Amino acid sequence: MRSYIKILLCAVFSCSCALFLGRPVAAQEHPYFVTYDHYLEEPGALEISANSTFGTQRDAHRYLSYWTEFEYGVTAWWTTEFYLDAQSTLHDSTIFTGYRWENRFRPLKREHWINPVLYIEFEHINGADKTLREVEGHDIEADSAGSNANARSEHKRELELKLILSSSFKGWNISENFLFVKNLTNEPWEFGYAWGISRPLALKASPKRCSFCPENFAAGVEMFGGLGDRYRFGLQETSHYLAPVLAWNHPSGFTFRASPAFGLNDNSHRFLLRWGISREFSGFRGAVRRIFGGRS
Amino acid sequence: MRRRNLALRFALGLMIAGLAWGQQEKSAASPKKRDPYAELTQAPEKARNRTNPLENDPDAPVAGKKLFERHCMECHGEAGTGTKRAPSLRAAQVQGSSQGTLFWILTNGVVRSGMPVWSKLPEPQRWQIVSYLKSLGAEAPAGAGATLPPR
Repeated sequence: MRSYIKILLCAVFSCSCALFLGRPVAAQEHPYFVTYDHYLEEPGALEISANSTFGTQRDAHRYLSYWTEFEYGVTAWWTTEFYLDAQSTLHDSTIFTGYRWENRFRPLKREHWINPVLYIEFEHINGADKTLREVEGHDIEADSAGSNANARSEHKRELELKLILSSSFKGWNISENFLFVKNLTNEPWEFGYAWGISRPLALKASPKRCSFCPENFAAGVEMFGGLGDRYRFGLQETSHYLAPVLAWNHPSGFTFRASPAFGLNDNSHRFLLRWGISREFSGFRGAVRRIFGGRS
Repeated sequence: MRRRNLALRFALGLMIAGLAWGQQEKSAASPKKRDPYAELTQAPEKARNRTNPLENDPDAPVAGKKLFERHCMECHGEAGTGTKRAPSLRAAQVQGSSQGTLFWILTNGVVRSGMPVWSKLPEPQRWQIVSYLKSLGAEAPAGAGATLPPR
C-alpha cells in the first residue's frame, strides 16, 4: 500500500509542478532512453518526464516498470535530476523500487568535436528494480526473475559515475557513455557502456507552424550493455541490447519517445518496449522564488 | 552504516559545493560586472567570416522566427528586446555583428553566463535563427520582423 501512496504522491507533485510552476516551452530532445548526450537542461527550466518499460522474461512474468524524472537546469553547465522508480509484475505486485539523484557537469565552455560531460549519481534502489536504465557489471535477465516480495528486501546503495562523450556533425548526434558503478557495500567496481546515434528527420525548419513537420521528429539507434567487473572484465556473462529510438518534439512543449529494445545474447531480455512523455517548463526557478516571496 | 553516512556526506558535500560554485558563477556573470555582449568579440576570425548559406532564402527568417519563439523568446523577450535574464538582440553590438559571429554564439552558447549551447539544433536551423535576428534590425519597433503565416 505504501508503494501506491508514493507513486500517487509523485504523480500529484508532477501535476502540481506542471500546472502552477512555470510555462511550457518547446524542447528539442534527442530520442535516447539510455544514452546521454552532452546537452544539459536550460538554466532555470524543469523537465518532468514519465517513462515506462514493458519487459518480457523467460521463466518469469512480464512486467511494467516506471520512472518519473525531474530534471532541472541549475546553470548552463550543471543539470541535476531526481528519479522515482516503481514496477508492476504480472501476477505479482506493484512496488516502489527506489530513487536516484544524478548530476551532470559540462567542464568545457565551448563546443568541440568531442564534448565531455561528467556524470555522478547516487542511487538507493532495491533488488526489484526493473527500469533497466543501464546495464552494469554482470546484469542478466535472470536477475529480475524473482518475486517482488523477495527482491525488494535486497537494498542497493550505489555510486555511479559516467563519462559522456558526445559529438554533433551535420545534424547527426553521436554519443558514447562509459559507466563505472560502485555498490557502497563491499563489492567490486562494475562497468557498462552505451552509445547512440540519432538525427532529426529534417535539418531545416519549415516556415509553417506544424505538429507533424519532419524537423519535429528525431530517430536513431542506441546500444547498451555491461562490461563485467574489475575481476571479470569483458562482454561475456552480461547482457547487451540494441534499440531503435524515435522522438517527437511537439511544438506545445511535449516530447514523446518510444523504443523497442532487442536482447543480443541469451543473458538479455528478448524484448523490451519503452515509451515516455516529457514536458519542459521554463521559468521554474522564478516561480519557486515568487512562492517564497522573492523576486523572479 | 559508516559507509552509508560517508556516502550521504559525500552527496551533501557535492550539492553544497555545486551550489556555492553556481552562486559564484552567477555573481561573476552579473550584468553590473560584465558586458553581456563581450562574448561577441571572442568569435574566431574563421567563424566571423562564415557566410549564411540561407541568406537568399526568403523562408529562412520566417522559419527562424518560429524557432526563436520556441527556443529563445523565453529569455530574450518576444521581439528579442531582452529581459532580466538575457540581453537585447536588437542592440547595436548584436545587429552590427556578422552572421558568422551570431552563428558561432548560438553554437557555443555563453555557458558560464547562462546561455546554453544550441548546437543541438541542426546547422540549417541555427542559420535560420540568425536570418531572423538580422531581419529584426537595430532600430525596428517591437513586433516587427518576419511574420509567420497563421496556424
